[in-house]
Amino acid sequence: MAKLYSEKKVKKMYPKKETVNFLLNYSRALRISTYKNIQFENILN
Amino acid sequence: MEKTEANDAFLVKSYIEGNEQSLSILINRHQHRIYSFIFSKVFDKDVAEDIFQDTFIKVIRTLKRGKYNEEGKFLPWVMRIAHNLVIDHFRKNKRMPKFENSGDFNIFSVLCDSGLNAEKQIIKDQIEADVKELIKELPEDQLEVLVMRIYKDMSFKEISERTGVSINTALGRMRYALINLRKVIEKHNLVLTN
Repeated sequence: MAKLYSEKKVKKMYPKKETVNFLLNYSRALRISTYKNIQFENILN
Repeated sequence: MEKTEANDAFLVKSYIEGNEQSLSILINRHQHRIYSFIFSKVFDKDVAEDIFQDTFIKVIRTLKRGKYNEEGKFLPWVMRIAHNLVIDHFRKNKRMPKFENSGDFNIFSVLCDSGLNAEKQIIKDQIEADVKELIKELPEDQLEVLVMRIYKDMSFKEISERTGVSINTALGRMRYALINLRKVIEKHNLVLTN
């Protein structure tokens, strides 16, 4: 079996917590209302 | 794998029905893969962050509008959105290329003022003044041709017409002027380089 010479552990990459929180808040704030086949986006903050 | 896909589909359905918690689970489950994918293309944490955010904004809007129709293929769908946004990013940068000073790369190693700096300009002026003095040592006929050719930028045809000699004579005088000028420079051990 091939030896692993690299001692460095590959660091897993994640987005910032703020980004994820922003997305969750955006999702909570977003409302889609439909009127006569037209969709309206409302950000309720 | 089967189970995850089923779970994703279930979570998407639950999110569309209004359960916000499902989105949180979906993001937490896939954030690593999606973010790593974006980063592997753009190699910039901030840009990757922006594209990750835009990807999920698209996901949220599509799901809330009820336009999602890829049941059971949530992750490939999100990856496709991320992929398209990465392409958009590169297209935008191609139209408007920008250089950023990051790490050991310095933009001023590529861009520079093409003009001479103050010191080199002084040296250049000095050399030009020295040469003007040196050519005064040349015989009159050679000096005349050299001045017309170099300083007045005249052609040899014009020089021959002005001095009343043939073109070949003018060419010969120019040649001897340069040879003599080199001799003078060597004799005085002058260094006329910038």
